[in-house]
Amino acid sequence: MSLWSLIFTNLRRHRVRTAIGAMGIALGVATMLSVVGLLGGAVKMFERILRNDAEMVVFEKNVSDLFFSNVPVALVDELERQPFVKEAQPVLFAIVTAPDRPVVTCFGIRAEDGRLKKAEWLSGSADAFHGEDVVLGERAADFLEAKAGDEVELGQGRHKVAGVVRMENGFENGGVFMPLAACQKAFHKEGFSSVVTVALAEGHESKDVKEWIHTEHPEMTALENEEFSRSYSQFKIIKSTAWVVGGCAFLLGGLSVTNTMILSVFSRIKEIAIARVCGFSRAQVAGMIFGESLAVCAFGILGGWLLSMGGLRLLQTIPQLQGYIEPNIGWQELSGAAALAVGTSLVGALYPAWYAARLNPAQALRFE
Amino acid sequence: MVEIQDVWKSFDRGRIEVLKGVDLKVRRGETVALCGTSGCGKSTLLNVIAGLEDADRGSVRTAGRTIGSERERVDLLRHDVGFVFQLHHLMPDLTLEENCLVPVIAAGGKKAEAMARLAELAEATGISRLLKQRVRELSGGERQRGALVRSLMNEPDLLLGDEPTGALDEANRERVFAMLLDLVRAKGRTLVMATHDLDLAMRCDRVIRMRDGRIVSDAA
Repeated sequence: MSLWSLIFTNLRRHRVRTAIGAMGIALGVATMLSVVGLLGGAVKMFERILRNDAEMVVFEKNVSDLFFSNVPVALVDELERQPFVKEAQPVLFAIVTAPDRPVVTCFGIRAEDGRLKKAEWLSGSADAFHGEDVVLGERAADFLEAKAGDEVELGQGRHKVAGVVRMENGFENGGVFMPLAACQKAFHKEGFSSVVTVALAEGHESKDVKEWIHTEHPEMTALENEEFSRSYSQFKIIKSTAWVVGGCAFLLGGLSVTNTMILSVFSRIKEIAIARVCGFSRAQVAGMIFGESLAVCAFGILGGWLLSMGGLRLLQTIPQLQGYIEPNIGWQELSGAAALAVGTSLVGALYPAWYAARLNPAQALRFE
Repeated sequence: MVEIQDVWKSFDRGRIEVLKGVDLKVRRGETVALCGTSGCGKSTLLNVIAGLEDADRGSVRTAGRTIGSERERVDLLRHDVGFVFQLHHLMPDLTLEENCLVPVIAAGGKKAEAMARLAELAEATGISRLLKQRVRELSGGERQRGALVRSLMNEPDLLLGDEPTGALDEANRERVFAMLLDLVRAKGRTLVMATHDLDLAMRCDRVIRMRDGRIVSDAA
């Protein structure tokens, strides 16, 4: 018999109380993992839109949002003339409205852009992608109730549907692909794209592009995909928001642990007093309370992890969300949530442990 | 074993004076009964001896220790003093065996040695067959015998009893007290016990009477 067996015996004999405490932590962990996982997944999806077989992305310096970035399309030709560039592709991002759909993402791209070549064509073909015709992602075709050959109303214009494609990426699958020139015209951005993706020629490094951009186009910036992900302020905001929302959930979880541990201490004041009479030091009593809190926390972490995995799986099966939900829960997220849970539990147990440790055993034995 | 000089103790910021200049010496191996009416200060005196309450003034030495710090208090309770109360104060959801091992956990004792000692004490008190049972399944007498075993698990030299048989019926009172005395005397331990029961008190080496926080008689 050890201190841990005392701890587990106490938790076992108050199963409901233990379960409530663990549930508080579990909800915190589940909320954090779900929010972080979902938003992390969304960020990853957006990163893949930018990547599209390219290693770098060029955009206007110091813009907070890529939708506000204006990169002259002439830069594409200049870039493609450089020996260190294998291919450069302009992409114009825009948001357009459609009947009953306030937000539809629109991608202005060239016909030779790799994303259409790689897509699974459900109807139509890339040959028809010209003029003002559009290609719809499968989900977009669903909610716009359109098929190849139909006309769809997007913003202030009507566009013929050249084809429908199935994309792996949820954003692209729910988006509309428009020929770059038509997109520029529709959004009054003639001659500009939002970004230019750059694939490097073999044997060349990203610094060649960076140096060239820095010298020739100082109003632009060129970043490797990883650098972009780390530095793009929108991603930072999204990630920070996820951790803050999750952290708030933990505050509630922490209160639940505090409540559980206070109840645990108050309901056995005499037992704690007897333990002290039997030779338990204050540190041992506090250790027992912290141990109980950590054990509750461990159950909570496990429960929260299972809850979030189950919940996210469930979300992925909802047809309307398919493709949009791509949770990204790795060891980093799990460790972060677990560390927060442990921290919350320890802080939550501080007052109960302090109270229990400073109990005067003689007075506590008289406690009714 | 116990040396107390001019010990005063009050509660409620001095409004309730419980001990008023108590002097007491108890030699190793003695059995001492503290008698007196309720509220005369018997329990407080035991708590002061065990280091569970600090005296307001006066000096207290128990088992050669002067309790000045939390560390000394803990060491005293772990190694030198066992305490039996009127109510058993066992943890109801633990088995009797687990309850008896609580002082061993506190002192960080070795399990094998503790189990051997437990077997010996359980045999002596007739609770061997009850060790795996939960406390709530036991009778009052069985619980009190369990509490007695628990108090002796770390082989203390001094056993303190606060009405240790006070909540038992006559048959159990006699049985538990006989066991208590046997276990104390067999190993040359010291016993200081508060009791209302003069019959039991008379079987101790000394009977000390207290009244209104003072010792009024001390007879062999």
